[in-house]
Amino acid sequence: MRDTLLRRLRQAPAGRISPLASFLLLLPLIVLLAGVFFFPLTKLLANSLWDPEFTLGHYARLVTEPLYVKIFGRTLWIALIVSLFALLLGYPVALVMARLRGWRANLVAACVLIPLWTSVLVRSYAWVVLLQRNGLINSWLQGLGLTDQPLQMIYTEGAVLLAMTHVLLPFMVLPIYSALRNISPDLSKAAANLGAGSWRTFAHVILPLSLPGVIAGVLMVFILSLGFYITPALVGGPRTLMFATLIGQQMTELLNWQFASALSMVLMLVTLALVVGFRRTLKLDRVASHGR
Amino acid sequence: MADETTVAPVALTRSKAISPPSLGMVVLYAIAVTVLVFLILPTFIVIPMSFNGERYLAFPPESWSLKWYAAYFTDPTWMAATWFSIKVAGVTMVLATLIGTLASVALVRGKIGALGWLNTLSLAPLIVPHIVVAVALYLVFARLGLTGTLLGFVLAHTTLAIPYVVLTVSASLYRVDPTLEMAALNLGASHTTAFLRVTLPLILPGVAAGAAFAFIVSLDEAVVSLFLSSVSGTTLPRKLFEDIEYGLSPVVAAASTLLIVFSLLVIGGIELARRATGRSA
Repeated sequence: MRDTLLRRLRQAPAGRISPLASFLLLLPLIVLLAGVFFFPLTKLLANSLWDPEFTLGHYARLVTEPLYVKIFGRTLWIALIVSLFALLLGYPVALVMARLRGWRANLVAACVLIPLWTSVLVRSYAWVVLLQRNGLINSWLQGLGLTDQPLQMIYTEGAVLLAMTHVLLPFMVLPIYSALRNISPDLSKAAANLGAGSWRTFAHVILPLSLPGVIAGVLMVFILSLGFYITPALVGGPRTLMFATLIGQQMTELLNWQFASALSMVLMLVTLALVVGFRRTLKLDRVASHGR
Repeated sequence: MADETTVAPVALTRSKAISPPSLGMVVLYAIAVTVLVFLILPTFIVIPMSFNGERYLAFPPESWSLKWYAAYFTDPTWMAATWFSIKVAGVTMVLATLIGTLASVALVRGKIGALGWLNTLSLAPLIVPHIVVAVALYLVFARLGLTGTLLGFVLAHTTLAIPYVVLTVSASLYRVDPTLEMAALNLGASHTTAFLRVTLPLILPGVAAGAAFAFIVSLDEAVVSLFLSSVSGTTLPRKLFEDIEYGLSPVVAAASTLLIVFSLLVIGGIELARRATGRSA
């Protein structure tokens, strides 16, 4: 529906606003982005390279010091596993959401969208409450007599994986749902008429056609995981540093702004490379408007 | 088992060819329901805990009380952070909606060579990780004395919120039939009058949704706030973050519950407005 309208409008007589008027309308946005976004990023680049003379030393530290290599590797690993978990959990939800109609569909949609619009901080807080040493899960386990000592769950890699999968899951469900909804139901009927069972129909028709949504969801979750700060900071703590929490630590505790700037540049360039490389698959505008 | 009974009729009407709900289907719905519970439950566990009467966190609460809400509303640091966040979010909403709507009109109806490029640039704050934006802004704002100030937060949050406004308003603009505006122009209206009297009323739901998104984005924004806050100006998310790290006073549960309820009211409002204007869900 929206796509046909878009096409019609692109074909409609364009340019009803003169270049000068367009420029004036865009001017506040350009000034704001230049001053509060692009200038600070330039400053970040300069800060990472001049100390006070030109040096690549801060970038070199990232590849020469084993601790930072380890944190970088851990970040990629966590992002990968979170994407995989989110895919395994998210696909069935998207599949059910695409099949349902009426109030049931609305209920499932609400379950996916409500967490998305609940502050990440609040959702991470919930995991701290559940996982900490004197937290809910430990008190339940001890109450049931399953353990004597509280288990160390918070500040572990497992806790980060669990909480991040939970927080990022909606970003996986929505693009897959959107791809599944675009598959004509006639195709399933055709497959059934040709004698395919529901499992074969799924494996040979539905799954291949939903792959663009799967790729978009995996990329989205992977990219967001790479730069995630709040959840690793609260649930992972200083023991399970990720790339973003390392930047935070260098910035606020060690006051090493130059190194923090270099780390930020690397994180930004990796993210931009992924976004630009896969821009056709990602369909950022759809994701941002939550698959509507 | 309950899943099987509720789900079967839907599966039947959807694909008549596959008659009885197959085992695979039952398993699929069971998995989906489990995942949905996993998605919703951890967040909502915070709500009953905020009504806990004890000093420590427990679920289910052993006694019920509103004292953590009383503590929240009487604590001057919580109140200062809350009012500061509301002020920042309010000004951000007005600024982002104004700038974003003007830009959307040019992006959708304008005639400049670099339009596609500008479109991408307007979305850039959505792509760059917030930690990077936070470090970059801190480097500039610290020198200018903008950290912990209303102006500093409004500038930062407006930049982060603008993509949401541009996306929602552009989407509404694409749905407005351009011939309506042309008709107004043919009847002698100026461009400005045609926009204000014909187009603007039609895209108003989109503008309102964009404004609401901008408010929530600002209110919930935590990473940039963490770096730009100071003793003189601390936002609610920064205060929440500190209290979660420091120890888990049940006041955090009360403040979180209020934040959840508020976000849901706003997003629910957008959803209702969207339905009232006849967009299919």
